[in-house]
Amino acid sequence: MKKVTKIVVMAKQVPDTRNVGKDAMTPEGTVNRAALAAIFNPEDLNALEMALQMKDRMEGAQVYVLTMGPQRAADVIREAMWRGADGGYLLSGKEFAGSDTLATSYALSCALRKIEPDIVVAGRQAIDGDTAQVGPQVAQKLDLPQVTYAEELIDICDTEITIKRRLERGSEVVVSPLPAVITVNASAKECRPRNAKRVMKYKYALATSELAVATEDRKAFIEERPYLHIIEFAAADVNPDPEQLGLSGSPTKVKKIENVVFQAKEAKKLTADDKDIESLMQELIASHTLG
Amino acid sequence: MNNVFVYIEIEEQQIADVSLELLTKGRELANTLGVKLEAVVAGKSVKHLAAELAKYGADTVWVAEDEIFAPFRTLPHTAIMVGLIEQEKPQIALFGATPVGRDFAPRVSSALHSGLTADCTELVIGEHKDAKTGKEYDSLLYQIRPAFGGNIIATIVNPECRPQMATVREGVMRKEELATPAAGEIREIEWQKMVKDTDLAVRIVERHIEERKINIKGASIIVAGGYGVGSKEGFKLVHELADVLGGEVGASRAAVDAGFTEHERQIGQTGVTVRPKLYIACGISGQIQHTAGMDGSAMIVSINTDPEAPINKIADYAITGSVEEVIPKMIKYYKQNSK
Repeated sequence: MKKVTKIVVMAKQVPDTRNVGKDAMTPEGTVNRAALAAIFNPEDLNALEMALQMKDRMEGAQVYVLTMGPQRAADVIREAMWRGADGGYLLSGKEFAGSDTLATSYALSCALRKIEPDIVVAGRQAIDGDTAQVGPQVAQKLDLPQVTYAEELIDICDTEITIKRRLERGSEVVVSPLPAVITVNASAKECRPRNAKRVMKYKYALATSELAVATEDRKAFIEERPYLHIIEFAAADVNPDPEQLGLSGSPTKVKKIENVVFQAKEAKKLTADDKDIESLMQELIASHTLG
Repeated sequence: MNNVFVYIEIEEQQIADVSLELLTKGRELANTLGVKLEAVVAGKSVKHLAAELAKYGADTVWVAEDEIFAPFRTLPHTAIMVGLIEQEKPQIALFGATPVGRDFAPRVSSALHSGLTADCTELVIGEHKDAKTGKEYDSLLYQIRPAFGGNIIATIVNPECRPQMATVREGVMRKEELATPAAGEIREIEWQKMVKDTDLAVRIVERHIEERKINIKGASIIVAGGYGVGSKEGFKLVHELADVLGGEVGASRAAVDAGFTEHERQIGQTGVTVRPKLYIACGISGQIQHTAGMDGSAMIVSINTDPEAPINKIADYAITGSVEEVIPKMIKYYKQNSK
């Protein structure tokens, strides 16, 4: 029987869309990520926690983070290591630029074929797109069952996993054979915080391309400590069909982007004074909007 | 061939509202394109729903009846949707942006290698010229959605791959019965050929469905709180005003994310769309993410400490003041004047 040894969390570094400035979009309508603060996608942290819980229950299992993005996305992997992950993979290359969800899922599925995980865990959706498509699409491409909106890990053994899922109005408990793809809801347990010892241990972890430009001292330091080397895959390393990557692999095209402009209409300006509020309530009652 | 498909979602033996809303929109798209509208429904017993689906415009009702289809599980529903789309080759396929639609529509799109646009707020047919190849298209589906935290509105097209797939949230489109029902001709999906044994590998061992407690969609008065309400305690004021006026409490995403109130109350692109008679926005700044779900309200009153808050641009009355100060006064003067 195959033992569960490798749990992979798909995590995304996302622009903090709650704080968007003017230069957030390029003229082509894609996101200008450089102009925005980059954060660990919130639901991917819930996913990391669930993966770590699986590890806690499965002797010998290890948790790795897979992320696709530019070099600085390695921050997500380091953050995960500080919280309990054993290592990570950065999938990076200009071939991936302009990917829609389908091309993204394809690229990630190519990397996962190479990594050969026993379980894949991901956040339900990323805050920069809110599509919730990548998890199910990766599952389809790997021909694995999927369990979405996972809220609680009930049980796990080498052959199957029992998960409580959040539904729109209620919940259900499902049992899925392994391997499987699990997407985790924000209502699941919050991620454990950074661990001081782990921060010390993994502080200097670097991805391959970061290592290439590091000082000689740092290079020597990491060479002696292979666990500090974040594996980096370029497109060619994961044997993709180039036609299915990036813009050419994306069936959806952005036709038009409009900045949001409100049609200004004359709002009647009121103060918080008693007479203003009283006359408003009188008007609303008189017009039968109220009552 | 080339028709418009709508996946019909069954919720506790009933047709989900979002599916009827999509049929109404699908009927309009099919008329524009001069093609048929086809509904696809799978469950334990679903044939009797055909008449209802016909009222909302379904020319054809594809059915798969078996216990394996209820309650919903991803893989069997994916198998029949993919199988039927490959067989019938529709040009458009629409799904509700519900937990069910958002679970399996991406899987269907991946299996068919076609694009899927999530949470569209508008769907229209239009022409398109590809900037790179110069190729022209007569009638593509414009899939329009707020993107990037609601800071922009994007129009997405899917020029080459079919079907063009989109999900739409409940309440975004209007549902409307036709004066004369469409044919609603029942056709059987040959699901036995499409569903494999491995599609049944995930088992549901327990299921709890709660009654819908909160019904903001149907409320004619909504008092909604935003991040500016400040706390869970602050939301009590919002509830008080809603109770006095006989309305429901809504919330912006920021307020829900901050834990001030339940997710079921969230209004906006990633929540519910509402069109009440009166919408009182308390401490809501008015990002498009939110306004997309409420700008159809007949009257909008905003309470905000910032006179320049974007919500004031769509408000009929903009009160500059704090929620703590204004709400108690509204309650007081409503009570004094309402008899």
